[in-house]
Amino acid sequence: MGKTLFDKLWDAHIVHTEYGVDILYIDQHFIHEVTSPQAFDGLRDRNIEVFRPQKTLATPDHNVPTINQHLPIKEPLSRAQVQKLYENCALYQVPIYKLGHEKHGIVHIIGPENGITKPGMTIVCGDSHTSTHGAFGSIAFGIGTSQVEQTLATQCLVMTRPKTMRITIDGHLSKGVYSKDIILHIISKLTAAGGTGYFIEYAGSAIEELSMEARMTICNMTIEMGARGGMIAPDQTTFDYISGRSQAPNDELWDQAIAYWKTLVSDSDAIFDREEFFDAKDISPMVTYGTNPGMGMGIGDRIPPSHEVSNVEKSLKYMDFHAGDSLKGKKIQHVFIGSCTNGRIEDLRLVADYVRGKKRANHVQVMIVPGSKQVEQQAIQEGLDKVFEAAGFQLREPGCSACLGMNEDKVPKGEYCISTSNRNFEGRQGPGARTILASPMMAAAAAIAGEIVDVRQQLLAQHK
Amino acid sequence: MQKFTKVISTAVPIPIEEIDTDQIIPARFLKALTREGFGANLFRDWRYDHQDKPIPDFVLNNDTYGGSILVAGNNFGCGSSREHAAWAIGDYGFKVVVSSFFADIFKANALNNGILPVQIGQDELRQVFEAIEKNAAEIFEVDLEQQTFTIVSSGAAFQFEIGAYKKMCLSKGYDDIDFLLSNVDRIIAFESKQEIY
Repeated sequence: MGKTLFDKLWDAHIVHTEYGVDILYIDQHFIHEVTSPQAFDGLRDRNIEVFRPQKTLATPDHNVPTINQHLPIKEPLSRAQVQKLYENCALYQVPIYKLGHEKHGIVHIIGPENGITKPGMTIVCGDSHTSTHGAFGSIAFGIGTSQVEQTLATQCLVMTRPKTMRITIDGHLSKGVYSKDIILHIISKLTAAGGTGYFIEYAGSAIEELSMEARMTICNMTIEMGARGGMIAPDQTTFDYISGRSQAPNDELWDQAIAYWKTLVSDSDAIFDREEFFDAKDISPMVTYGTNPGMGMGIGDRIPPSHEVSNVEKSLKYMDFHAGDSLKGKKIQHVFIGSCTNGRIEDLRLVADYVRGKKRANHVQVMIVPGSKQVEQQAIQEGLDKVFEAAGFQLREPGCSACLGMNEDKVPKGEYCISTSNRNFEGRQGPGARTILASPMMAAAAAIAGEIVDVRQQLLAQHK
Repeated sequence: MQKFTKVISTAVPIPIEEIDTDQIIPARFLKALTREGFGANLFRDWRYDHQDKPIPDFVLNNDTYGGSILVAGNNFGCGSSREHAAWAIGDYGFKVVVSSFFADIFKANALNNGILPVQIGQDELRQVFEAIEKNAAEIFEVDLEQQTFTIVSSGAAFQFEIGAYKKMCLSKGYDDIDFLLSNVDRIIAFESKQEIY
């Protein structure tokens, strides 16, 4: 019987099996300031060193301000955490892209853009959105701080093999529908717990047609249905993306790498523990109405009644929405475009193309936070900064920012934010903040209209 | 890590589903450099209002309920990988969390901190909530060796699953890192034959 891509890679990384658990070798480890300080303390308590410092890369992202990054961080606790990361990396010789470095950015943006993330790897980070890297055909998943310590100490983790699920999306996306809508659609159908215990492979013609950046958005939000990770078999799109990046394999190794990467597919007779199928033409621009990413619907739909969705009453009270409501025409006060989900250059280009020559609604604050320094520089090089400025959008410096509101970038209590990030949990963007998740295009259209609109209608109007 | 054998205690009920780690410990409290002290901010935004005054309706502010067992609705601990959620639960004094379903990363984090996630059926969970509602002083017994969760007054005992490896770790107080460090020779041997690009 054939093997799934997941099982091929998992098997290739097993160091040893005992007591029913696998010791899994980790090829690449990323760390950031929030979930690593206690892990380094653990090493000190045990008097051990970092086992393979060159296989870890550090960057501060969760806590950092997104303006005036050249100045010392004002908030003392954030400053202390970033400082601690710098000290630990210096002490243990772990490579780091510090604030202001040309390669600094959100950990899940900089791995791929520097060619560190490659097919066939195992990748972990103390952050649940590590699933992003699976877009390259790697096994990538988020871990807790104890596991960060284990990875630092031994470059391995003790794991139980998850079950496998394949989600096939065939067909073509309609105009105005993007990869963010695909994943929000899937989560709304399978629910926020629907993938727990599984590792997902995405397949089908709609996935094959996507760019690497769009694929990353899908794998990124896999954790929002409870699955630890999602992956996509590498193809020519993957190879073209990696080629020429700073840590891509060089000339002689490149051909060998490609030959190996081409074997990274699920065999045609491989059996998955579960299979799900979707048709791309059924997907419309998505918005969330509740307080978990599974509470989403097409922009043309109405909020379902409470007996159809678990726990929805509490959510609707928090959001001040009601069953039967449409979100079309709903006023918003904030727009956040950024995060490891949608903070890449293609996202910024899409938004800029749409808003060129338009202006934000007066009552709306728009924050664009690039995912990395390289994304920021690219945007400036292409003149996107000018487009944003003219539209009244504020282009800031890279970081996680208002996705989780650990820095100053927060949404005030009771106000609505349409956000390209990944979580609409209560208080996620600040205490009392109300988050509506959507694609960058839906966010851009709402910024201009001042309310939630169906971006397909705006695009049609534009072409008339 | 402390050894885990049996817990006999009253329980604190939070019959809410999909409790995510942002509710267990909001991101703004993740700025600490140590593992201690997170219990003070456990369920912060459900427990305190915007002026930091306790919200009387919330169960942690209600003296009627207490104990080292937390009972919560389906899909507990979904969302972020922050181990701070497990630290907050442990620091507050909980040793066991009971639910009908746990998110994967939370479950792993809890076990790595000597907190036992007890997963029971939906109907069994409902019986547990009902028992607490009937009598807040109801005692529950968690037996790791037997893998049972028992409502003491009625004697209703529910079986729960735990992998053999994690069961051994908890009962002996071992960490994963002890196991990994004992395998360093194997890890080095693996590296020498691994081809990566």
